[in-house]
Amino acid sequence: MSTLEVKVWRGGERGEFQRFEVPRLESQTVLDVVTYIQRHLDPTLSYRFACRVGMCGSCAMVVNGRARWTCRTHVAEVDDSDTLEIAPLRHLPVIKDLVTDMSTFFDKWAAARGQFHATATRKDDFARVAPETPQRQQVDAGIECIGCGVCYSSCDVVGWNPDYLGPAAMNRAWTLINDVRDGAHDERLAAVAGDAGCHACHTHMSCAERCPKHISPTAAIAGLKRATLSAVLKGKL
Amino acid sequence: MTSSRAQVYLWAAQRISAMVLGVCVLVHLITMIYAVRGGLSAAEILGRTRGSFGWAAFYATFVLAVSVHAAIGLRSILSEWLGVRGKALGAIVHLVALLLVVFGLRAVWAVVG
Repeated sequence: MSTLEVKVWRGGERGEFQRFEVPRLESQTVLDVVTYIQRHLDPTLSYRFACRVGMCGSCAMVVNGRARWTCRTHVAEVDDSDTLEIAPLRHLPVIKDLVTDMSTFFDKWAAARGQFHATATRKDDFARVAPETPQRQQVDAGIECIGCGVCYSSCDVVGWNPDYLGPAAMNRAWTLINDVRDGAHDERLAAVAGDAGCHACHTHMSCAERCPKHISPTAAIAGLKRATLSAVLKGKL
Repeated sequence: MTSSRAQVYLWAAQRISAMVLGVCVLVHLITMIYAVRGGLSAAEILGRTRGSFGWAAFYATFVLAVSVHAAIGLRSILSEWLGVRGKALGAIVHLVALLLVVFGLRAVWAVVG
């Protein structure tokens, strides 16, 4: 049976890569590898996962330099030199080993006003939102985000600017800006404009390239740039 | 911290100056390729630019567009790579813009006046 050499990050912000040898199996995923290590080789290894079928985003890690969902990454497709390097998501504090503190990621989501603000009450009739309208199509293009953090980990600007809201938060803001039922458009545009917001995006598109749901936060951010300009010209910002 | 409104204006200025530069750079390149044929001399250049309102207007526009675009571009670089923020950032960027305008227009005057 052939084996796979795996290097796994151990420790916190400071630490080192620990080597393990794992049996190679057909259709093996990176999550299978991490699970094998924790169950058979070193029970002190800390990592996150939940659904293991590509729905929850909990298992996101950096594999051979690229952030991805480990449950949806076959070992065979990562690498053909029989070495895997598994590290925690970038740009987030490391709690232990492969587990990061996602608080900043979600705090920025809130800072970008990534919450829906209702305008109707239970006494009003249902809102009618036609799916073919351009606005709803913009929403639908980005609504499937599950907050896994892969885009945040992949973004250069997040690494260079600690205040930068990041692709996921702004993608969510864009889906809400285009939601005709939402009542906080002006405040949200003010929240996402500026050095820490959409104007800091350099259109590198690492987020769009790595997003496992094939969302393009770059397109959403470009939309925010247009929307903020429009708001300033109309005197709303 | 610059306000959201100011940020939008900076971004718009960067985009607009980029459009202006797109045209200016193209014209400049074509002119240079044309001018360099058969050698180049200071007298030849000055023969073209001296007393020319057209060249003065063109190069003055070029200088202004460069001053805006380079200063705003440097702003991003200084904040992202050197961590410069707040008032210091604003001061350096304004200074760079001013220097580019002054030395640029001085150069335009030198070949036109």
